[in-house]
Amino acid sequence: MSKVLIATKINGEAHEFACEPSASLLDALRDDLRLTGTKEGCGSGDCGACTVTLDGEMVCACLVLAPEVAGRQVGTVEGIAEDGALHPLQAKFLEHAALQCGFCTPGFLVAAKNLLDRNPDPSEHEVRFWLAGNLCRCTGYDKIVRAVLDAAAELRQERAGA
Amino acid sequence: MNDMSAPPYKVVGTRPVRPDGVDKVTGKAVFGPDFAASGMLHGAVLRSPHPHARIRAIDTSKAAALPGVRAVVTGADFPTLESLTMALGESSGDVLDIARNCMALDKALYEGHAVAAVAATSTLIAREALQLIAVDYEVLPHVIGIEEAMAADAPVLHDTLFTKGLDATPDKPSNVATRFVMANGDVESALAGAAAVASGRFTTAPVHQGYIEPHACVASVNADGQTQIWASSQGAFMIRSLTATILGMPISDIRVTPLEIGGGFGGKTTVYLEPVAVLLSRKCGLPVRLVMTRDEVFRASGPAPGSVVDLRIGADKDGKLVAADIEFRNSAGAFPGSSVHATAMCSLACYRIANFRVTGWDVVSNMPSSAAYRAPGAPPVVFAVESALDEIAMQLGLDPIDLRLRNAVRPGDPGPMGMPHGPVALVECLEAAKAHPHWTAPLAPRHGRGVAAGFWPNYGGQSTATVSVAEDGTITVVTGSPDIGGSRASMAMMAAEVLGLPYEAVRCIVADTASIGFSMVTGGSRTTFATGKAVVEASEAVVATLRARAAAIWGIEDDAVTWQGGAAQAAGQEPLTIKAIAAKAGQSAGGTIAAEATVNPLDYAAGLAVHICDTEVDPETRQVRVARYTAVQDVGRAIHPSYVEGQMQGGAVQGIGWALNEGYVHDAGGRVANAGFLDYRMPVASDLPMIDTVMIEVPNPAHPFGVKGVGEAPIVPPLGAVANAVSRAAGVRLRDLPMSPDRVHAAIAAKG
Repeated sequence: MSKVLIATKINGEAHEFACEPSASLLDALRDDLRLTGTKEGCGSGDCGACTVTLDGEMVCACLVLAPEVAGRQVGTVEGIAEDGALHPLQAKFLEHAALQCGFCTPGFLVAAKNLLDRNPDPSEHEVRFWLAGNLCRCTGYDKIVRAVLDAAAELRQERAGA
Repeated sequence: MNDMSAPPYKVVGTRPVRPDGVDKVTGKAVFGPDFAASGMLHGAVLRSPHPHARIRAIDTSKAAALPGVRAVVTGADFPTLESLTMALGESSGDVLDIARNCMALDKALYEGHAVAAVAATSTLIAREALQLIAVDYEVLPHVIGIEEAMAADAPVLHDTLFTKGLDATPDKPSNVATRFVMANGDVESALAGAAAVASGRFTTAPVHQGYIEPHACVASVNADGQTQIWASSQGAFMIRSLTATILGMPISDIRVTPLEIGGGFGGKTTVYLEPVAVLLSRKCGLPVRLVMTRDEVFRASGPAPGSVVDLRIGADKDGKLVAADIEFRNSAGAFPGSSVHATAMCSLACYRIANFRVTGWDVVSNMPSSAAYRAPGAPPVVFAVESALDEIAMQLGLDPIDLRLRNAVRPGDPGPMGMPHGPVALVECLEAAKAHPHWTAPLAPRHGRGVAAGFWPNYGGQSTATVSVAEDGTITVVTGSPDIGGSRASMAMMAAEVLGLPYEAVRCIVADTASIGFSMVTGGSRTTFATGKAVVEASEAVVATLRARAAAIWGIEDDAVTWQGGAAQAAGQEPLTIKAIAAKAGQSAGGTIAAEATVNPLDYAAGLAVHICDTEVDPETRQVRVARYTAVQDVGRAIHPSYVEGQMQGGAVQGIGWALNEGYVHDAGGRVANAGFLDYRMPVASDLPMIDTVMIEVPNPAHPFGVKGVGEAPIVPPLGAVANAVSRAAGVRLRDLPMSPDRVHAAIAAKG
């Protein structure tokens, strides 16, 4: 089977890559573009470790065919920090020790940022249900939820001050 | 809750950001499946579709001929059983089993058992090649359940397995590998005189460790035999030793570079892929990557044993425990080794009981070979004991914490193996639980509250650390202990404390096996204790050198120099900072300032934990919801309290999953029916409340900062705490885990 050439935007940058028509976006990101921040935990859309955004919507990269992203916008964990400065979510994950092994962290950060982009003041309940598609086996979620709530508060304060 | 007498540390006990943190929130950290070598091939493993089958023949010729395929291996490519036995001598058993578990030779012992592997220029081609391998199987009768495997007419997995620990050696092989007995006093007389006796059978299902990162490695073998392996695991030295031994290689020919590890929980303390990847690479001379799929992780890597526990525990009318009789059977999976000693040792370790008899059975069956899982062996038997204690408290009308306080072990009491207990702080934990607002909070309708305690011995073991002073006086700490949950931060903090420097002046890395001395796996809750001791000793040696250098500069005796605030101090002298001393090191006769320390400490101290859980049982669906949870633990000394809390919270939630949702399900054909995260349901954020933590700090006097080890104790109590809460909410004793809605419904219906 011959490969197809895909032109897309990843974290705002134009990229081209060639892939098998049957390749997943996850394989394209990790193997062809060497963006290995997006993780594979299951390959079946059950763990959320490969959470990315596609035109602003949260998706599991393992469930998206790579050719589907042609002409669209993909957002990954590598695009959350801007110009070397951590996003408040990233800083709060570190401050709250919201990661132990850190393997699920990229998926959680993409999902949490997507939540805060829509809802600047989520309740604990809303955070827990928004992140229910992301598995973490280390933390018991306590510190992750606290980090997201704290980052939301800081972002609200930043906006109020702006 | 810090001990009021805690010494005034400057760094220990604070909560700085971990040194590897930024890499992990930006996607830069390189985990097992992320590493790539130049010219690397992609491997895939063919696995048995049968739970038990004789392998008559394997024809790999078609696969080998497929364009793009560069190497094919089968069990026949491993050194023979005989040669391995000779190389290993007396203690050959375990490594032979690990070798056979990496790849079957004459028999496939479980569905998912590796039988062949391929390396090709792409994963797609490798997988296509697997379909071209013809395996001639003679399907054999299989057995999954523990009691079925123990039956006289059960299909036997290993015709070389004769039960150890019986009074007389059996004349026939069986699936029972070991009987282990621990006994004291007169159990029957004491039970006959007891005012209250709780008895019954308790069962738990095999569960998976559930790390999110699948097993992965890259191996590269050169023509001269020198080999590199890049892998995530709980011990790079473990990979090196096992791979070299299994393949009959000199250990120093292998260099293992640890990659970031995406969770292990005990499940990454052995090898599955590495020897296979080395064989593939040896055949083609190119680096080969092997990565498991999630399906393979469930079918072929280590579940924790399932168990069947029968017990009787008796108490006098005041609630003093008088006797316990426990018989448990653990499912080891395909090869022996289900932690029966640890199960027995932890079963009654929290309590003073004069008369006991604990009998354990290690039983093999056609399931993946069980692997360590956080406090291996302890949680299932402690679930049974803590359930029985809850029943005794109900029978006698006692508060369940008071019952435990009445029987709790104190320092110096005889421990489970007869040696006296060290600085155990169970009483302090129970008192803190009793004083916590959770214990006395009003219960909502349909809610129940449970409490349970747990013991884990912790461990010491071999560790190496080096501490080096850079030319500007900043510090590098190197260890051989993979960082599984923030230990680089703890190591840097301990070094900074000893050196009198700010945390940020000390950076810590985990080195490869050629760059640091031998270190055991990160496991047994040993790293902050044992590797921490090595870091402290090396830091102290560096301080001694710094003092000597200052003394030489000042022309005074070493003893006249003290070290405080990161500087040498002496009467009548301006302090000499580490920066100033380091700057002169190149000109001094002593040269570079660095030290290495190796330790193998035996003075580790046990961890004790007490958990309180509130659950609600849905009146219609019988779904159980955890409404409130509090974890209390004696942590010795929390070096980085956030990561200690994290261990307590994570252990509690893994235990909640074990209690409520998780368990392997096999179909009638002996195949795993739920080998994915959709059907093997681990707890998610919306299942849970916040997990409150209370850290009790009763220091271990054998560690410079009082560290005991905190990783495993928190998974020991939750099974019992949740079961006691559900049993009180449902008004009937739940004895089988997981407590799925159908089981809760059946128990309530049977009560009438």
